Amino acid sequence: MREMIKMVVVLTILSFFSGGVLAYLRNNTQERIDNQVLEFVKGPAVRTIFEGAGNNPIADRFNIKDGDVERTFFVGNFDGEPRGVAFETSGKGYGGEVGLMVGINVKDNKLIGVGVTTHAETPGMGAKAKSDPNFVAQFKDLALGEPFKVTADGGSVNAISGATITSRAVSAAASEAGEIYRKLKPQIDEKLTGFKK
Amino acid sequence: MAKSLTQEFVKGLWDEVPPFRLVLGLCPVLAVTKSVENGIGMGVATTFVLVGSNVLVSILRKLIPSKVRIACFIVIIATFVTVVELIMQAYAYPLFLKLGIFIPLIVVNCIVLGRAEAFASKNSVFRSLLDGLGIGIGFTLSLVALAAVRELLGTGALTFWVTPIQIFGPSYQPFSFMIEAPGAFMALGLMLCLMNLVGKK
Repeated sequence: MREMIKMVVVLTILSFFSGGVLAYLRNNTQERIDNQVLEFVKGPAVRTIFEGAGNNPIADRFNIKDGDVERTFFVGNFDGEPRGVAFETSGKGYGGEVGLMVGINVKDNKLIGVGVTTHAETPGMGAKAKSDPNFVAQFKDLALGEPFKVTADGGSVNAISGATITSRAVSAAASEAGEIYRKLKPQIDEKLTGFKK
Repeated sequence: MAKSLTQEFVKGLWDEVPPFRLVLGLCPVLAVTKSVENGIGMGVATTFVLVGSNVLVSILRKLIPSKVRIACFIVIIATFVTVVELIMQAYAYPLFLKLGIFIPLIVVNCIVLGRAEAFASKNSVFRSLLDGLGIGIGFTLSLVALAAVRELLGTGALTFWVTPIQIFGPSYQPFSFMIEAPGAFMALGLMLCLMNLVGKK
């Protein structure tokens, strides 16, 4: 019986300390980790979209609640004004969800550019959506409104050869971004005024 | 047979070097040795966990009831692994992305549990520290050696930190089989063979 109690006591104390240490560490690293995730997972796409921006688009960001999900918007300053927002949407690709960062010019409601963030597409085929800048460059300066479609579906986006499904996913994600943007436009404009210098 | 303190440390570097002599912990050895950088990262992370868990297990060895010792060891090891995981995410995120699932999997790495059970629970704190350090450094060096062979043949370059350094000239045709999974088995097998030839008694 004494042994039994000892076992329970030792394990309890050990777990108690372990939990305490980890909770403390987590609280102290949480903010840094969030920043690192933004910097390395979403950062490259955001920076390419806002090339030549006068601010750090990763640091200048805000959140808007869209139904159940909270969306993060990155702000791009051009000529001293917050003219661009970028946010992430996703489309269903060949190997799972394809995450797409979509940058929109709030002045003329056109796409500034798009960039793939996360994906599990086939290397050398669908993965080109991320590695080949020529594919995403097609979306530059396109006006929002009509959903984007690949040429095989009667649209104007040239699909990556051998990766129509991935190309469709990117087009769908960009189209979805247009819808979200339309829906949240008043809130985005309101938040952007806070970034004016 | 009692060993001197130096021997406790040195044995991990050759006589009991984990992947090649004990042939333990092969899962991360095969999986992460695609580049020298990954090998160093994984090796340092494992060394930290090994030293931490060895010291703590050794301090607590008289308090831990033998019936629940494995559970206690796992709690201790898992704590150190989570510490490594959080620190790596906060300060070396690109490396964390590459090593991915293999960092949390250090918990079930049999080298770590093996040293806790076979060594730290029976020896003094200082000896356990040296043992952990020796085995950890041996493990790191093995990973680096294996990764160097695979990366050099597979890509013609070596990555020590972030940027690859080209070793072979541009006329070298990369033998990319070596950085794929089957190449890992081949390279490990050949290195085991080499180790046995050299250390033949």
